[in-house]
Amino acid sequence: MLAASGKLDRRELTRALLTDRGDMLVIAGLGAPAWDITAIGDCAENLPLWGGMGGAAMIGLGLALAQPKRKVLVITGDGEMLMGIGALATIAVQKPANLSIVVQDNEHYGETGMQETATRHGVDLVMMAKGAGITNTMFVTKPDEVPALHKAIHAGNGPFFAVAKIDATSKPLVLPPREGALLQARMREAVMGPAAHHQL
Amino acid sequence: MDQHSIDKAPDAAADWPDQIYSLLKTHNITQVALVPDAGHSRLIRRCLADNEMTVVTLTTEEEGIALLQGAWLGGAKGVLLMQSSGVGNCINMLSLSIMHRCPLPMLVTMRGDFGEFNPAQVPMGNATQTVLEAMGTLVHRADTPEDIAPTVNATIRLAFNTFRPTATLIGQRVLGAKTFGKD
Repeated sequence: MLAASGKLDRRELTRALLTDRGDMLVIAGLGAPAWDITAIGDCAENLPLWGGMGGAAMIGLGLALAQPKRKVLVITGDGEMLMGIGALATIAVQKPANLSIVVQDNEHYGETGMQETATRHGVDLVMMAKGAGITNTMFVTKPDEVPALHKAIHAGNGPFFAVAKIDATSKPLVLPPREGALLQARMREAVMGPAAHHQL
Repeated sequence: MDQHSIDKAPDAAADWPDQIYSLLKTHNITQVALVPDAGHSRLIRRCLADNEMTVVTLTTEEEGIALLQGAWLGGAKGVLLMQSSGVGNCINMLSLSIMHRCPLPMLVTMRGDFGEFNPAQVPMGNATQTVLEAMGTLVHRADTPEDIAPTVNATIRLAFNTFRPTATLIGQRVLGAKTFGKD
């Protein structure tokens, strides 16, 4: 699970988190997290984002509030989380027990030429989440911590927030469908069945 | 409303906020996303008192676009309440609703619109409708109290029946603008 740099390999981390996922719904932030969940296996319970930077955690909140009995996982990058950092406050106040957020932190904007993000310069997203009032958090750097991370995102003791420091190397592109209406409709059907398309 | 507040709330006798609340109930709206505005203060109080509604106070209005995208993915219907200045904070996030064909009704109380006192409100107030329409939102205005409920009803129906962002702009003429005795 470790890259040559000694940091976690993002694809192997994603694979570990999504193993035995059950009916968990997964939102992936734009860029590499979306390619990562698609590389592990595209399915109706995945919503890989192509845009809306800064919105991944809030989409997770709306979904978690709408479906309180289903586990919801947001996997996103450090740049995407930083752009919507106020969401941590909004989520902390709502306290959705079924929502987990995992930031795959490579300390760079990976899709635009690997420019450094604020986390490269010491900004601590776990501390920011704690400051917002999210008490259930993890900071993960080693493979032997990943089983506990997997357990935490399935435990339903949310809101749960974790940062996993990952190797910055870009992986081969594995692109999900680009038709947003399809991505939305398939998840709605996975949640509600065919009635999703006949709602008045 | 605090007499020292710079925003103006609807008169106590005005019943259009209650009419909007009734419409939210009729349409089974269960997630109410908002950044507060004085114009929506009575409606917000009604929503907060309703145990069937989840009121989500946002740190910035664009969070609401994403929240309601998630709500719709999970089969819940929502509405976004904000002041016209907040529309500017939503621009790029509106791409979510267009891309996924997500119903997104927005109820916007206008500032910088009709007799505004505060110069900082004018640039965004003047641009509100243009900006929303540039991002593919169908916009209708309500500038009299009796026009608000039918326009809000149409805005909600248009969003959920045709899968797109829609907005009602509630004109400052309805609310009135404070002048602080400096007129």
